[in-house]
Amino acid sequence: MNLSMIQIILVVLVAFLAGMEGILDEFHFHQPVIACTLVGLVTGQLLPCVILGGSLQMIALGWSNIGAAVAPDAALASIASAIILVLGGQGRAGVSSAIAIAIPLAVAGLLLTIITRTLATGIVHFMDGAAKEGSFRKIEFWQIVAICLQGLRIAIPAALILALGAGPVKSLLSSMPSWLTDGLSIGGGMVVAVGYAMVINMMASREVWPFFILGFVFAAISEITLIGLGAIGISIALIYLTLSKKGGNSNGDGGSSNTGDPVGDLIDKY
Amino acid sequence: MVDQIKLSKKDRISVWWRSTFLQGSWNYERMQNGGWAFTLIPALKKLYKTKEERSEALTRHLEFFNTHPYVASPIIGVTLALEEEKANGAPIDDVTIQGVKVGMMGPLAGVGDPVFWYTVKPIVGALAASLAISGSIIGPILYFVVWNAIRMSFMWYTQELGYKAGSKITEDLSGGILQDITKGASILGMFILAALIERWVTVDFSAVKISSIKQSSGAYIDWSKLPSGAAGIKEALVQQSSGLSLTEYKVTTLQDNLNQLIPGLAALLITFLCMWLLKKNVSPIVIILGLFVFGVVMHVLGVM
Repeated sequence: MNLSMIQIILVVLVAFLAGMEGILDEFHFHQPVIACTLVGLVTGQLLPCVILGGSLQMIALGWSNIGAAVAPDAALASIASAIILVLGGQGRAGVSSAIAIAIPLAVAGLLLTIITRTLATGIVHFMDGAAKEGSFRKIEFWQIVAICLQGLRIAIPAALILALGAGPVKSLLSSMPSWLTDGLSIGGGMVVAVGYAMVINMMASREVWPFFILGFVFAAISEITLIGLGAIGISIALIYLTLSKKGGNSNGDGGSSNTGDPVGDLIDKY
Repeated sequence: MVDQIKLSKKDRISVWWRSTFLQGSWNYERMQNGGWAFTLIPALKKLYKTKEERSEALTRHLEFFNTHPYVASPIIGVTLALEEEKANGAPIDDVTIQGVKVGMMGPLAGVGDPVFWYTVKPIVGALAASLAISGSIIGPILYFVVWNAIRMSFMWYTQELGYKAGSKITEDLSGGILQDITKGASILGMFILAALIERWVTVDFSAVKISSIKQSSGAYIDWSKLPSGAAGIKEALVQQSSGLSLTEYKVTTLQDNLNQLIPGLAALLITFLCMWLLKKNVSPIVIILGLFVFGVVMHVLGVM
């Protein structure tokens, strides 16, 4: 489908916002479920974009910037794939191929992020100069410039895809054979695991593995909703923390106080 | 005695708002330093009036800084308290301030990552995503509102906490509370991750038919003997609800067999494989692309 001038401007604005958030990580406009929805909202294709956003969000759950490491770029993946979905005009049917397109885009976005973060190194040197002059205004100016660079990181590719137009995008999508799109959506069901694996690798320790097993078994009971599982998880965590503290108190004091009375142990300590 | 300069609530709100842009000039040299200086500007403006003082303060705050963007807030609070004392003549040097910043950023990042990135975000994200996949606009709205309510209140509350407690906060937090929060978040995180793997990683071997057994008559609905029209539909539904099979042949797929063993086993194995590959330093992007290729190949071969 073709977009009006106003719609194009709004899409580029949404892309700019997502690009800023890609680094700020505060309001989360770059998260797929929000970014795709916003693109859908301004182009009038809300439903397919919401579904795309939800599917991509599942894949991106474990993607986060930790320390200096840069995660696959959710911002470019969501914005560009949502625009392609809208331009393709296939509605809900186009969602699974849009997901497949999103993954290489996340890689491309990763490279753009690294470039922008390197450019920002130059900017902080300008800030050093501003600090010597004691100029607050110049620091503020350079900070805003740096944020805008991050916005442009997504806004420019988005504008390029829009300029390319619906024609090439549509023919690209329709030239994909069904064995490929079906296979890609099967792959899409599995790639979710990568994000989870990243997080587990960070968090796992001998102590917390039993809770993993519990979670897996509880989830197999399909009657329990996600909120229910969350409540069970919170309860288990609280119970464990309370109990382990009680155990720690009586063991810690050794022979002097094996009364099993936490209040008594506390009094002995002071 | 000169009047003491105090930071008003308005100043602190202004700092809190600016801390939203902490990571804006994230760079490979000193990471969040530009955003950190930018965040403190409303306070520095109030506390220091001469050009020399301002220049010193800005240079001091352009040093290396990096932590989780939300748990930077208590550090900002403590720094505000220190700067306020310094401006009022207390003997606090640059090394002390930098020391407090560096001393807090490591342990606090160790709390922020598991709590926000590994626990709150996957839970809220999965909830919103499952709503959105079914086409509900509530999904994105829920994510946006819940996430930002948690984030903004956390940042304001901990910044105030840091400001009021001053440098004491480091001692407070290094005690049991910090460890409890981290451990609690890891427990909840592991529990939820396992649940998400079971629910949302789909590895389906239904395409593989293990066996196809012809059932004895009376175990399935005999479509040729049903009355025609609506009566036939009714009869069929009645028979199905009484337990009769829809087809003459009972097909068992590989997936049915796996489900009897452990539902979600294949998803679990795929996750373990990914963890192993990541530990071998295989890039996540390579694994993702590999899984897509695997999906296509298996589909073409008729396995999935």
